[in-house]
Amino acid sequence: MLLEVEGLTVRFGGLTALADVALTVEPGEIAAVIGPNGAGKTTLFAAISGFLRPQAGRVRFAGQDVTGMPPERLCALGLVRTFQVTRPFAGLTVRENIAVAAHLRHRSRAAALALAGRVAERVHLADRLERPAAELTLAGRKRLELARALATEPRLLLLDEVLAGLNPAEIAEMEPVIRGLREDGITVLLIEHVMQAVMRLSDRVWVLVGGRIVASGPPAAVVRDPAVIEAYLGPGAAERLERERALAGGA
Amino acid sequence: MRPLAPIGLFALLALPLPWLTGSGTVLNLATMVLMLATLGQAWNLLGGMAGQFSFGHAAFFGTGAYATAILQIRLGLDAWTGFATAVLAAVAMGALVGFASFRFRLRGSYFALVTLAFAEVARILANSLEITGAGVGLLLPLAPGLDRLQFTDKAGYYWFALVLCTAGLLIAARIRDTRLGARLAAVRENEEAARALGVDAFAVKMQAIVWSAGLAGAVGAFYTQLFLYLDPHIAFGPQVSVEALLGPIVGGTGSIWGPLLGAAVLQLLGEATRALTGGVTGANLVAYGIVLVLIVRFFPDGMIGLGRPRALDARGVSG
Repeated sequence: MLLEVEGLTVRFGGLTALADVALTVEPGEIAAVIGPNGAGKTTLFAAISGFLRPQAGRVRFAGQDVTGMPPERLCALGLVRTFQVTRPFAGLTVRENIAVAAHLRHRSRAAALALAGRVAERVHLADRLERPAAELTLAGRKRLELARALATEPRLLLLDEVLAGLNPAEIAEMEPVIRGLREDGITVLLIEHVMQAVMRLSDRVWVLVGGRIVASGPPAAVVRDPAVIEAYLGPGAAERLERERALAGGA
Repeated sequence: MRPLAPIGLFALLALPLPWLTGSGTVLNLATMVLMLATLGQAWNLLGGMAGQFSFGHAAFFGTGAYATAILQIRLGLDAWTGFATAVLAAVAMGALVGFASFRFRLRGSYFALVTLAFAEVARILANSLEITGAGVGLLLPLAPGLDRLQFTDKAGYYWFALVLCTAGLLIAARIRDTRLGARLAAVRENEEAARALGVDAFAVKMQAIVWSAGLAGAVGAFYTQLFLYLDPHIAFGPQVSVEALLGPIVGGTGSIWGPLLGAAVLQLLGEATRALTGGVTGANLVAYGIVLVLIVRFFPDGMIGLGRPRALDARGVSG
């Protein structure tokens, strides 16, 4: 098991954002966390990646207890995250942005800049390498988030909505990039709203609703799970759908 | 990695100035420019490169100035030992201020206020302690000689300042072109994103403040050698802190040539104002203020950014 989360609980004052969350990610898989808005997905990522200290629970990464470890140390261990709201180093060029991350494992400036070029190639940013990051479009910034995370040469990559806000052509371009990570031995845990992409990309889906995991399994099974349908469409929705399906079948 | 040739060229071109001019005024002015450029460079290492705006660089300048003065007057040590100790004392002061601020994640105006507070506390201490000469200050005996780092002519001080300024440029260029510079820039642009990418923000900011304080301390020690007199206001007063940040902001923060350009422009402006107003006290400060407002409003990259395409319009965008 590469990542093991158990009993994870995060409260903001009286609000419980995560309640006793448990999930696991196996090496080499692409796993996804889905759930309606406000379910606690980004909070879960923050707690796993060291940006938030959970009130209770454990996070184990590659067998080591990393609960409450600061993000920079987790990154050095090989666990890196991207931000849903992209955070480019606006005053630096795209290459310099990626090189910051590459410096984690490469002391030499030349080596870091060269690695930045190779990573940019991979996420289709090579033509913008020498441009200021502030000039990038939303799609470009999402790519830059991914590129920087990749340049840290991680074992586990947490992707927070890297496809959100992209048009279908841009999504189609990004999907193979994410799928291709597996060949490099990078395990992926992603949060995604673009359901078709989740269905196509992920091996396993965890459904987070109201701060709790309500279902998990292969994507095709999860989307038929009554608990999941109700979470998205409201109470009674699963039953109603079942009835409609039966009627349609009978007619 | 950009070559260091421009810095060598600068030093080489600046070297013969004392032979080219017979004017003591010109040489004095050039010495002040170099001194303030180095102080500005010290500020720039922390404020420009790491984005941590200090409002209390007097704390480091004054520590260096007093350290060498005290060692020479009270202990009778030579000026070289005094100079080295001044740098080390300023480094220790930098580490203290840095730890007190960065350990507790103080940023922006909070960091500026903490640095200001440290400088003010140092000023009050210097004003009341016997070892610093309290309000009377410290006077170094006039004793020209290389071991005392005192020169009989202005050229000696000019070259001393040129060495310091060149050292500052080399340090800045070295930091810019290595991993530390990349990490400082990342922390400056977005600290959380930098940490997510494995940058230990606390560690790199500590490195920046230690370099910055050490260089400011060296300028303080130079000041002691140049004027042979110190009092709490000269060493730790807010005016020093303002001088430290004014040059780099006018010239261009984060650029290695910005502090030198800014110091030159401000000193020349100060001289011009003095000449035009017939030496009205504070008139040069009014001129500085006007230039600062214009620069911040119209050229946030500083004068060094003039004529360069602006990439700042979308700074801080998110989404």
